[in-house]
Amino acid sequence: MDAPAIVNALGPIVCGAAYEVGPSVDFATIYVPPDRLVATCTALRDIPSLRFNVLVEVTAADYFPRDPRFEVVYHLLSIPNRVRLRLKVRATEKGTVPTIQRVWPAAGWLEREVWDMFGVVFDGHPDLRRLLMPEDWEGHPQRKDYPVQIRKAAQIYEPLEVTEEEFRANLERDRVKRAH
Amino acid sequence: MTVNMGPQHPSTHGVLRLVLELDGEVIQSATPTIGYLHTGIEKTAEQKKWQQVIPLVERMDYLGAQSNSLAYALSVEKLLGLEMPQRVKDIRVLIAELQRLASHLIWLGTHSMEIGAVSMLFYAIRERELLLNINELLAGFRFFPSYIRIGGLREDLPRGFHEAVNAFLDRFPKKLDEYEGLLTKNDIFLRRTEGVGVVSREDALAWGLLGPIARAAGSDYDVRKYFPYSGYETYDFDVPTATEGDVFARYRVRMQEMRESVKISRQAIRRIAPSGVWACDDSRVVPPPKDKVYTEMEALIQHFLIYSQGFTVPAGDAYVPVEGPRGEHGTYIVSDGTNRPWRVKMRAPSFMAIQVLPKLIQGGLIADVVAVIGSTDVVMGDCDR
Repeated sequence: MDAPAIVNALGPIVCGAAYEVGPSVDFATIYVPPDRLVATCTALRDIPSLRFNVLVEVTAADYFPRDPRFEVVYHLLSIPNRVRLRLKVRATEKGTVPTIQRVWPAAGWLEREVWDMFGVVFDGHPDLRRLLMPEDWEGHPQRKDYPVQIRKAAQIYEPLEVTEEEFRANLERDRVKRAH
Repeated sequence: MTVNMGPQHPSTHGVLRLVLELDGEVIQSATPTIGYLHTGIEKTAEQKKWQQVIPLVERMDYLGAQSNSLAYALSVEKLLGLEMPQRVKDIRVLIAELQRLASHLIWLGTHSMEIGAVSMLFYAIRERELLLNINELLAGFRFFPSYIRIGGLREDLPRGFHEAVNAFLDRFPKKLDEYEGLLTKNDIFLRRTEGVGVVSREDALAWGLLGPIARAAGSDYDVRKYFPYSGYETYDFDVPTATEGDVFARYRVRMQEMRESVKISRQAIRRIAPSGVWACDDSRVVPPPKDKVYTEMEALIQHFLIYSQGFTVPAGDAYVPVEGPRGEHGTYIVSDGTNRPWRVKMRAPSFMAIQVLPKLIQGGLIADVVAVIGSTDVVMGDCDR
């Protein structure tokens, strides 16, 4: 099933959504406007001829300095029809993308990871916390403007050095001396 | 009572942390914390040349190393539009199946050790050793051979490869019977596994668990059958399934999968000639043969370019999944047309399995947590990347 056929099947169900067929080498790619994402995903899951019952993956790519800089990528799979589909949603640095956790619960952690790594905010996500990075981490490491392979002087810690007198004193300190 | 399990816990397969809310021995809720093994491989990959990413991705799912590199190589080859010669496809299939056996053996050993059958680990490790020896023969490296490359393989098969593989395949089915004799009807094992950690088919698919966990719950989805790659459509094998969706069903599915892997490996090794082509003939990606490098100027230049600058990949994105030991492995790659990837993202089956873990252990006993974690066969390197 190619992208125009899927867009045609979606047309009557999701009203007024401006889909855009993207270039691809493997399987159909469709750009979805963020405000229509949940309706589109619900339709893709429920239309009998499509039945995309599995959300395989949610990820993102940062195309900095292009604007909008992020593309959130959803990989869908229809096991009954043996078809794969890629949805893409463009997101700006300030903009948000709605969560699709109500359509496929698997999106929960996947969206959390995208927020953690890229800082794309998912609207309505109940638990948007750090997932892979520590709780107190600053910044979003997968962004292209996040520094990588910077050269920084290694912190040097003095090795433990003891003089012979200190060493002897240390040995003697905890010993109890008994009179013969 | 709140119990903190892990991250340093022998049965969390690395560094998984679970915060368990208990009522007596019953688990009320569980919160997994991951990220302790996050090494930023995906970020690092963006700084490397295309071919240099192979050793990196092999370190993600470190028990199924070569299914990572196969998924990555297939994705890049998709963007490059490369088609592999038949012999390369067959060798890749063989390597992927041997890797599945090695990974399942570690799962079998650790999973049964954690629920009491300690000697099982030694038996499983014994056979895995032979598989690691085959890896060593192939590439001189036992865990992460990096033998699969973009554009084919690293080099031709070594001498003695067929003998080693055939010797293993002759020995292994009998050993598999031995394992099953130890566990399948073992009363203690059955009591620890039957009816524990049940997941339904609908839940498994809704939570994105593609792989042995979903197949143990009644799904027949296997990438090798649904979206064949590397010539799997020409092999004769079955996809084992079960319907109970509990720990014991996962055990039976994986055991049966090992028998199927042996079946595929036998077919593959019969097809593979001891020597022949080991890469495609695309001069953009594959360096010219050494005798030409020494005699022809163009070949020398090409050789130099490939090893210094690397090759460029046409702009675009691709996702080619493979059936890894833990389920659907796939690498989503984005190229901007240069000699380094713009984005590399590995779809991690362990990540999905840990996300659903609280659902599997909720309402169960604390002693069953270990059995359930073992049965999901998670690898934290795969989960945290």
